[in-house]
Amino acid sequence: MNERTFGFRTRALHAGTPPDTETGARALPLHLSTAFVFDSTEQAAELFALRTYGNIYTRIGNPTVAAFEEKLASLEGGLGALATASGLAAQLITILSVAQQGDHLVASANLYGGTVTQFSVTLQRMGIETTFVAPGDLGAVRAALRDNTRALFVETIGNPNGNVADIAALAAIAHEAGVPLVVDNTFATPYLCRPIEHGADVVVHSATKFIGGHGTVMGGAIVESGTFPWGAGRHPLLSTPSPGYHGLNFAESFGEYAFLQRARVEVLRDVGASISPMNAWLLVQGLETLAARMPLHVENARAVAAFLQERDEVAWVSYADLPDSPDRALAERYLPLGAGAVFTFGLRGGREAGRAFIDALELWSHLANVGDAKSLVIHPASTTHQQLTDEQLRAGGVLPEMVRLSVGLEDPDDLIWDLQRGLAAAAAVTPELSEAKG
Amino acid sequence: MILETVAQRRELLDRSHTVAMVGASANPNRPSYFVFSYLRTRGKFEISPINPTLGEIDGVKAYPSLAAYTAERGAPDIVDVFRRPEEAPQVTRDAIAAGAKAIWFQYGVINQEAIRLADDAGLDVVVDRCIKVESARFDGGLAIGGMNTGLLTAKRRLH
Repeated sequence: MNERTFGFRTRALHAGTPPDTETGARALPLHLSTAFVFDSTEQAAELFALRTYGNIYTRIGNPTVAAFEEKLASLEGGLGALATASGLAAQLITILSVAQQGDHLVASANLYGGTVTQFSVTLQRMGIETTFVAPGDLGAVRAALRDNTRALFVETIGNPNGNVADIAALAAIAHEAGVPLVVDNTFATPYLCRPIEHGADVVVHSATKFIGGHGTVMGGAIVESGTFPWGAGRHPLLSTPSPGYHGLNFAESFGEYAFLQRARVEVLRDVGASISPMNAWLLVQGLETLAARMPLHVENARAVAAFLQERDEVAWVSYADLPDSPDRALAERYLPLGAGAVFTFGLRGGREAGRAFIDALELWSHLANVGDAKSLVIHPASTTHQQLTDEQLRAGGVLPEMVRLSVGLEDPDDLIWDLQRGLAAAAAVTPELSEAKG
Repeated sequence: MILETVAQRRELLDRSHTVAMVGASANPNRPSYFVFSYLRTRGKFEISPINPTLGEIDGVKAYPSLAAYTAERGAPDIVDVFRRPEEAPQVTRDAIAAGAKAIWFQYGVINQEAIRLADDAGLDVVVDRCIKVESARFDGGLAIGGMNTGLLTAKRRLH
C-alpha cells in the first residue's frame, strides 16, 4: 500500500481490476451469472436492506460490471459509477434519480438528436419538462433555471455541432441555484476532458463510442463526483423517505453515496436497463487502451480537418480544434489534448453533393455511429433526416450540406485518398465547381 | 496522531478488534444503524453500542457510557463517534479516560478541540470519515458497488 497518485494510463490498466482474489486470474473474470447465492438468511436480509455490500442479481449489480464501473470512476475522478445498457439509459436513470413528474430540466439546445427526443418527448410525457437553451449563452442558462429545476444537462463536445461547453461557468451558475451540472462526456472521453475537475457533478457516457472503441458493444455509464449536496432540500427524491425503499432517506443514510445508491437500487432496479456483463467486460478492454487510442484519433482528425479546409468543394469545417474555430478558446481550456475526433463539414453542393460524396467513398463506413476504430461518415440530409425539406432541416439546425465524420485509426493518407474520391464525386454534381472546371 | 492516509486507516482497521460506538441507534434508517449492522455482520469487529437509552441492538448489549463499557470489557480499540460536533470534546475526554487506542469521528463530526484533545493524549484520530465505508474500501465491499476505492495493486489480495 502506498500513497502514490497514479497516472491516467496506469489507472486505465489497473483501477478496478486487481488480480482475482479467488483464482489469481490476472485478466478480469467474466461473471456471466444472473444471480449470486447468499451466505445465510441473515446476510441476505442485510443485503436487501442495503446494510452490507454484496452481489444479489445482475440487473442491479455484477462483479464484472462493477470492475468497469470502478475503472471508469477512477479515470473520471469520481466517487463511483453505475453502468447501464446504453448512453440513453444512463441519461434516463440520471434524470429519474433526481426528477419526477412536475419537475424541470435545463438542457443545451445543441445535444445529440436522440437526447433531444428523450427529453422533449419521452420525459415530457412523464411530466418532466425541459427548457433548451444555447449553452454558450450563460445569461439564458441562468434565466432558464427555476425553483423546480433538478438538473442542468450539457455535452462536453456537442453532437454534431462540435461546440465546447464552458463547464466551469455552467457549474457555477448551476450551483448558485442549487442545481447539479450533468455533463455528457461521450465525445471527449476522460482522456481528453474530466468534467468533474471543472465542477461538474455527474458525468454520463455512451460507452458504445470511444470507450468501447471498436464498434462492438452497447453500454452507458453514470459517474458522480460525490460532492453535490443532495440532502440540501432541492432534491426531495434523495432527501425524503422513499416509498420505493421502505421509507429510506438516501441522503441521510448514505451521505455522499446517496445519488449513486438511489440510481442503482431504485432506478436501475425498476427501469431494468442493465448492461450485460459481457459488454462490461469488453468495455474494460476498451478502457485499458483508451489512452493509447485517443491521441491517434485526434491526430487523424486534425489531418483530415486540415485537408478538408483547403478544398474548394468544402464550404466550411466545424471542428473546435481548428485555430479559427469560435470554440477554440474553450477547447484550449477544456480539451488541451485535442477536441476529439468527431466533427462536421459542409459541401458547397448542398444535399445532392452530400449524397454523391457518401456513395463514392470506399473506406469510410456509412453508418449511424461514432467512436469506432474504423472511420465513419453520415450525411443526415440524405439519411436520418431525408424526409425533411431543406427549410425544415435548417429550422432544426441540421444543414442540408452537412456531413459528420468520426475519424478512426487508419493511415491518414488512406483516409484522405478516399475523401478526395468523395469530393470529386461531389464536385461533379456541384454546378459552380463542374462549370469552373469545364 | 491524526491518520490522514489510506494506508494509515487500513493499518488501524487491520489491528483493531473492539469498537465502542457512541451514539448508536436502533432506528434502521439511521446512518449509525447501517454502520453498526455492517460491522456486526462482517464479523471482524466486536462492536458495542454506547447509548444510555437502549439495552441492546439486535441482541448486542448496549452500555450506558464508555466508562461502563470499559469497566466490563476493558479499553476499546476504537471509539466511533456518531454525535453532534459540539458534543465531540466530551466524548473525547470519555474516550481518553476509557483508555481507547483510537477515536473515529464520523462524517460531519468535526470539532478542532476534540481532535486536539485526542491527538495530545496519544490516540490515533480519524476525522470526517465513515468506518463502514473505510472498512468496505479494504474488504471489497465498495468495489462490488462500482465505487472508486482508490486502491490499485497487481498483487492477489485475500480480504
